[in-house]
Amino acid sequence: MNTLNKDIAGWGRYPVQRCELVRPERHAELWSEVPSLLARGQGRSYGDAALNEGGRVVLTERVNRFLAFDRAQGIVRAEAGVTLAELLALTVPRGWFPLVTPGTKHVSLGGCVAADVHGKNHHHDGAFSRSVRELELITAGGRRLRCSAQENAAAFQATVGGMGLTGIIGEVELQLQPIESVYIRARHQGAAHLEDLFRLLQESDGDARYSVAWIDLMSRGAALGRGVVMNGDHAARDELSGGRRLTPLRLAPARVRNIPCNMPGWLLNSLSIRAFNAQYYRREGSRSGSFLLDYDAFFYPLDTLTNWNRLYGRRGFVQYQCVVPTASALPAMRQLLQHLADSGHPAFLGVLKRMGAAGAAYLSFPMEGYTLAMDLPMQGAATLALLDAFDAVVLQYGGRVYLAKDARLAPASFRAMYPQLAEWQRARRELDPHGVFSSSLSRRLGMEEGA
Amino acid sequence: MSGAILILGATSAIARGAAAAWAQRGHRLYLAGRDVESLRRDAADLAIRYGVAVHFGTFDAAAHDSHAAFLQRVNDEMGELEGVLLAFGYLGSQAKAAGDFRETLAIINRNFVDAVSILNLCADQLEQRGRGFIAGIASVAGDRGRQSNYTYGAAKGAFALYLQGLRNRLFPAGVRVLTIKPGFVDTAMTWGMPGLFLVAAPAAVGARIVAATERGRDVIYVPWFWRYIMLIIRSIPERLFKRLKL
Repeated sequence: MNTLNKDIAGWGRYPVQRCELVRPERHAELWSEVPSLLARGQGRSYGDAALNEGGRVVLTERVNRFLAFDRAQGIVRAEAGVTLAELLALTVPRGWFPLVTPGTKHVSLGGCVAADVHGKNHHHDGAFSRSVRELELITAGGRRLRCSAQENAAAFQATVGGMGLTGIIGEVELQLQPIESVYIRARHQGAAHLEDLFRLLQESDGDARYSVAWIDLMSRGAALGRGVVMNGDHAARDELSGGRRLTPLRLAPARVRNIPCNMPGWLLNSLSIRAFNAQYYRREGSRSGSFLLDYDAFFYPLDTLTNWNRLYGRRGFVQYQCVVPTASALPAMRQLLQHLADSGHPAFLGVLKRMGAAGAAYLSFPMEGYTLAMDLPMQGAATLALLDAFDAVVLQYGGRVYLAKDARLAPASFRAMYPQLAEWQRARRELDPHGVFSSSLSRRLGMEEGA
Repeated sequence: MSGAILILGATSAIARGAAAAWAQRGHRLYLAGRDVESLRRDAADLAIRYGVAVHFGTFDAAAHDSHAAFLQRVNDEMGELEGVLLAFGYLGSQAKAAGDFRETLAIINRNFVDAVSILNLCADQLEQRGRGFIAGIASVAGDRGRQSNYTYGAAKGAFALYLQGLRNRLFPAGVRVLTIKPGFVDTAMTWGMPGLFLVAAPAAVGARIVAATERGRDVIYVPWFWRYIMLIIRSIPERLFKRLKL
């Protein structure tokens, strides 16, 4: 198989590292005997989770075949390179939707498993792994291992959220949820400040299936943490009218635009972001009553802007996503926002969500509490220092940082944030005693090293 | 009319692209190749995505004596064929072929002799039926001999000549023959090679192949501008061409 030495990066485009790439066309070619190996799906993790500097990276994009689809039960099995976009195109017209979806559909199923991604319904339905019936894991030596919550359970719980470090995820079998239409009945509520936002999120928790808050990261003073809570539920067929009711499962294709090249680094500065946010807050926060959006518009608004990461320019950006337990979430989030405000660092997209109970996977990110995500243009030492200060706050309140977004966490902080690391290491050593599977993330955080 | 189509060398990326385009139009497919496990996966994928019947089976291109029985098996399962796409091939290594005649022979056999063996049988069948098509993947490398890959080029060039003759022979019977000459297509063969430009996606190439069979085209280059690149390359005088490092 041809190899290609290339500088690659995650979605945040920081850091950029040289890796040896291979791109198999078939499932049988996923495994290769090399000292250091890592699978990479669509490269939608933000930092260095899908990088393996100096080692081999297996691109799984061509290993994307559907293997079985039970239209009566909503069970689909596919090679792990299949993307959610492909899955939706197949299953939505038959009335099935993923139980859990992240904020982009251009992710591979393998990536969803490896990061144990979550969606706007975590408080209701848990993380992606909740919908995984079975996995096929290709372990060191090329052995194929079936695992699930019941069978080879330790391998399963180490692989889900295991950032690709237990082997190559070859196949994924998912349970989907039935839907009657492609539409979401959405409701927006503006919140003037952070307390308001928390109150609305708590209230909506009970009745809305999907719930998320956009947060204006540039707001200051009394308006600190203002935002818009966005709730949604799948619309039943009889909630629709006219043509929509006749073809409730037909989706009108979204208009997609492309950012053709790197934008200048100054484009997203404090002023431009503040102006955008003020307008967005006024418009979205004042929408009254409920309205229908198709699932593309509700779940994947940024997918209409291909290569939107180029908006941040050549230096890229980092996303900081943390979760803090419910009891201390409000003071923790207020401190994080205050740090951000005091630093004067620009920050664009901010998202606050409620999370439900943690799953059983050893390194899975979600825990009961609130999660905040912020996109910050990479500005070197100033950005890194600010994020270190964020870590201190998160640690103080017993929270953790999401590895799929991370590019800079310190090893000691990682250890403190993931108390089940020893169990993960035990399962991993059994699957991969010689440590073939490795990534820039795992080496940076010392994930393989003893406590 | 959505008849049955046989794809020889079905696990190649271009074949997969064409199979998807045919399946999308409701054609039943028979996928043939060496690697049964990969064929099984490809067949499942096409059947699930497009809701058509997809059969598959092993085909040993080098075992010429087995070709008649193979075609009979395909007919037993699919009935009469509407068309055949020949997509197998072997790039090999010119450097290796220079010092090892077995490599030379392997390149010539896979790209020319093996292809002729099975297509002769397909041609007879389609000629009798009086309609349908044969599509074969040749190469721009067959348009002019170059030091970097002339064994492969010679075999593909011979295959293109064979298809040309077949087109002439089958025309009165109403059977169309399409010669496909890929330039840079994003497949396992070209991936990672330096110096590639405007590389075409296999899905797009597959869709063009299918459209070309429907329109009864004779020769297509994919991507299309390779027709003009090769026009220029063919027009360089030999006295000059022989001095170039190509």
